[in-house]
Amino acid sequence: MSFTNLIRVAITAILSNKSRTLLSTLGIIIGVAAVIIMMAIGQGSKESIRKEISKMGSNVITIRPGADTRGGVRQDPSAMQTLKMSDYESMLSGLKYVQHVSPEVSQSGQVVNGNNNTVTTVYGVSPEYLSIRLWKVQEGDSFTDEDVRKNTKVCIIGKTVADELFPDGQNPIGRTIRFKNIPFRVVGVLKSKGYNNWGMDQDNLMIAPYTTVMKRLAAQNYFSTINVSALSEEMSEKAINELTQLLRANHKIKDGADDDFTIRSQQEIMETMTTTMDTVTLILVVAAAFSLLVAGIGIMNIMLVSVTERTKEIGLRMSVGARGRDISRQFLFESIIISLTGGLIGIGVGYLGSWVAMLMSLPASVPLWSVLLSFGVCACIGLIFGYVPARKAALMDPIEAIRYE
Amino acid sequence: MEKKVVIELRDVKRNFQVGSETVHALRGVSFKIYEGEFVTIMGTSGSGKSTLLNQLGCLDTPTSGEYYLDGTPVKNMKRSQRAVLRNRKIGFVFQNYNLLAKTTAVENVELPLMYNTTYSAKQRREAAIKALQAVGLGDRLEHKSNQMSGGQMQRVAIARALVNNPAVILADEATGNLDTRTSFEMLVLFQKLHREGRTIIFVTHNPEIAQYSSRNITLRDGKIREDVENTNILDAAEALAALPKPQDD
Repeated sequence: MSFTNLIRVAITAILSNKSRTLLSTLGIIIGVAAVIIMMAIGQGSKESIRKEISKMGSNVITIRPGADTRGGVRQDPSAMQTLKMSDYESMLSGLKYVQHVSPEVSQSGQVVNGNNNTVTTVYGVSPEYLSIRLWKVQEGDSFTDEDVRKNTKVCIIGKTVADELFPDGQNPIGRTIRFKNIPFRVVGVLKSKGYNNWGMDQDNLMIAPYTTVMKRLAAQNYFSTINVSALSEEMSEKAINELTQLLRANHKIKDGADDDFTIRSQQEIMETMTTTMDTVTLILVVAAAFSLLVAGIGIMNIMLVSVTERTKEIGLRMSVGARGRDISRQFLFESIIISLTGGLIGIGVGYLGSWVAMLMSLPASVPLWSVLLSFGVCACIGLIFGYVPARKAALMDPIEAIRYE
Repeated sequence: MEKKVVIELRDVKRNFQVGSETVHALRGVSFKIYEGEFVTIMGTSGSGKSTLLNQLGCLDTPTSGEYYLDGTPVKNMKRSQRAVLRNRKIGFVFQNYNLLAKTTAVENVELPLMYNTTYSAKQRREAAIKALQAVGLGDRLEHKSNQMSGGQMQRVAIARALVNNPAVILADEATGNLDTRTSFEMLVLFQKLHREGRTIIFVTHNPEIAQYSSRNITLRDGKIREDVENTNILDAAEALAALPKPQDD
């Protein structure tokens, strides 16, 4: 029988039993929709993490002091004083893959303006920090290298700090606020970044020259972090190698000995986070895939019933010249059409479900490959679970089949 | 010129194994049927006529002996080969019509040609319409099988048997489910096809039908008991006219 005839015969047979077909397709619809929605939420979450991280600069490399052992005692990395001014200075020139460098020292504490106060963290950095972390100054200006050189007590404040300290819409620029009793003149207000994925308010901060923070607040001569931006996200890896070599040379670390610092790129952080997401997504998708398997068994069941019911028709077709393979194809086509139709509707429902998820402010984005995959899986389900009924039909004896009542 | 042999059976035997017992359904049957003959095969139940019909229709193969259908030896053919042979050489008419449910007359008649890929959709439809016209249903092409009377359904079934222009039409109790009047109408149709040169084998247990065919073969206990030429073929149309008029009620 030709291909078009097979499809026509299959569709006629399917339509002659609408409610039954609908019920067996329903299983596939639910299964496919579940898989697609799960994948969409997984993908969506990954994308939103990615977006969040790239807002903080996707080419950022963070250098921190590494854990070290002194006299058999494991030291807290933050207590280490391995990142020195000389390290920072050596990074400022001669590195091929590095764009900006900024040291970082931070202090948390209360900041006060008249009657208003709030708790925040002040980051002592160089002006490059803004470009590395993709901060924009909305009002006023950044501080300058000159301010760094002169330990000027100036600062840029985040939106939250500005709102807390200047509640009546007063202009903070030029005003002086006190952090731990040290007066800072506000030169700029940062453009808001809002909350990040982990619920942290990114706007609750102050930025000041690192020299000021080190000398006037922290009284320390080492950095807690050095922030570096690579020329591009792709060059992060090369920049890390460069920085590692430089720091190992600076710190005179022998070959084979461990680093006394850790370098992590934003990419690695992103990968760690997305790997976790991947695992969660996988678990959800596998659970959804089981419902597809059950749907397949449902189709097989209904096809077996259908074959028995249509024994006489099979006998007739055989007596007018249908070969076993014509009959088996006919039933295979039926099961494939049922599962593909279910798959198509399921994809539609999946899209709809993902859209609803988005309305409920769950991040969701349907990956195209998941649609193609679902479609392929449906074709396979039709083929695999249609095989047994189709074979049963094909092996019928026409003599008995035609006289079957 | 000698007439063409359409069917030739040589000492065909068919045994069935039922438990530990062997049932001899056919115990050596030999005959030839020539083109254009209208043969009734009669016998009581258990005489082996169903088994013989299955042999003639290539639905089964003999345990021993030879069967040639239109010159083709059937005995050693595989299932799929026999299916193709049935498709090209045989037209079946069954007692209970066996039409596809919820399907139009034309589509039912097209069915055998669906399994013959040499026909295009258009040719298939044309052939089906021609066959339906030949059985007097030219005006009911798009009627569905459940909208037709028994006689009409059997006509569709006969059209389906004609559509592939078979070497032989095999009718199995084709009037068994019909009332007397409709039965005669069917016989009129079969006689018409016979006059047009078709080869027809009509398997029945009703001896009356034998009077309208050209040759009668009677089976008993798996053997041929009688094989006679009918020299006095009755006209079914006359018999139909002689029937009491149906009462309109």
